Amino acid sequence: MPDPLLSTKGLDAHYGDFQALFGVDINVHPGEVIAIIGSNGAGKTTLMRSITGLLSNAPDMVTYRGDAVGGLRADLIARKGIAMVPEGRQLFQSLSVEENLVIGGQMGRKGSWDLQKIFELFPILKERRSVPATALSGGQQQMVAMGRALMSNPDLILFDEISLGLAPIIIKSIYDALPDIIGDGMSAIIVEQDIAKALSVARRVYCMQEGRISLEGRSNELSREQISAAYFGV
Amino acid sequence: MDWINAIVQGVLLGGLYALFAAGLSLIFGVMRLVNIAHGDFIVLAAFLGLSLTTALGVNPLTVLLFVVPIMAGIGYVLQRGVLNQTLGDDILPPLLVTFGLSIIIQNGLLEIYSADPQKMNAGALETASVAVPGGLHIGVLPLLMFVVAVAVIAGLQWIFYRSALGRAFRAVSDKQDIAQLIGLNKAHVFGLAMALSLAVVGIAGVFLGIRTSFDPSIGPGRLIFGFEAVIIGGLGNLWGTLIGGIILGVSQNIGAQINPGWQLLAGHIAFLIVLAVKPRGLFPRID
Repeated sequence: MPDPLLSTKGLDAHYGDFQALFGVDINVHPGEVIAIIGSNGAGKTTLMRSITGLLSNAPDMVTYRGDAVGGLRADLIARKGIAMVPEGRQLFQSLSVEENLVIGGQMGRKGSWDLQKIFELFPILKERRSVPATALSGGQQQMVAMGRALMSNPDLILFDEISLGLAPIIIKSIYDALPDIIGDGMSAIIVEQDIAKALSVARRVYCMQEGRISLEGRSNELSREQISAAYFGV
Repeated sequence: MDWINAIVQGVLLGGLYALFAAGLSLIFGVMRLVNIAHGDFIVLAAFLGLSLTTALGVNPLTVLLFVVPIMAGIGYVLQRGVLNQTLGDDILPPLLVTFGLSIIIQNGLLEIYSADPQKMNAGALETASVAVPGGLHIGVLPLLMFVVAVAVIAGLQWIFYRSALGRAFRAVSDKQDIAQLIGLNKAHVFGLAMALSLAVVGIAGVFLGIRTSFDPSIGPGRLIFGFEAVIIGGLGNLWGTLIGGIILGVSQNIGAQINPGWQLLAGHIAFLIVLAVKPRGLFPRID
């Protein structure tokens, strides 16, 4: 097994006196797609915030390409090639659709993704490129959020609850687009509440419960019962 | 005829007030920071211009080449070194810190330059005027200041809505966390916003120092004019700020035409009327 692209070791996270993560260990290998599942409040989003640097950690708790990055500022971590599609899409409301995409690429990281390729993937965005980003439907906004993250040509992309609050048909089209997106060697972490969706795209799965990893394994080797137990703690 | 003259002069004066206000509006828009020391920075820029004019023996307009970058540098360092540490969910710390800065600048200037009124001399330009139809004479200097003010507003507008820097300003203003996730260092972006704000202050300060006499105590008064122009025009709207400045300038000059003692009062009354009728200003952009 080659060295992981990203790993967390004994990752703890706190909000004031409240401890949200307890010794979380995960690994993502180059080109690998993993899923993190768990119910509300299991610590999934906190884990994403820790990896991206929005929450500061002890440096050696998060390692990326062999470097301890746990204590780095979020913008420096982004420059190293980690992008996130945040929960709730979080588009810049003062920017047009096109500006939201362009600013995603403002670091100038080299790679295959550019405005034209995003517009090929999501043609509707080209049509609506000059409207304010928040004037789009939820599904279209999710496309912009994904495009914005891709524009930075990341090596690792984090999807936080991409199906939350969207219609089933939209969720399907977004998951249909995923293989195209993470097909060319990009690694991905997919955070989901929808277990079936997560298992369909990820090779390995981590299940979280109350701030701890309660189960990990290959998607095709875990049984429904194991996952239910790890998910609900029953 | 005197009335038309008063209005025309008021419009031109409004350009200067818009310059006082533009930097204030910009940093409020980007980081929701109200800079109480803004007026004192204008006076600081005026004194800086005075010292450079004396030292170099050049026209005050030439020293803009130095004053603007120096003020921008001060802005960047101030933001990164001090003001960034005060920003957060609580709006009180930046108010208190900039209030403290205001006092420090006033007393520092008093120590160095004394309380005597000073003025910069722009030479023949000060008395030059052009005749316009209707028997009016418009001073070249006020006209130049107005043209520069319009150009500065147009430039800021372009930066804010058309350039990569402006995109970064708007993105950080919208969502600080998410802006960091795409690699924007908000401390640096805020530093650039304050640099731009104080660069405009540099122009405003030199113009103030050419137009009227100034002393270390007049900063808070310029801050009030700036505030009033911003509020009349509507928060977050730069062209609105220019119109706000013009309304303020015209009201003051009409007031002075009625009775010289009413100049400032008339400006404040115009401000109060706008506030009473349209509390969010005439053309608000920020909710």
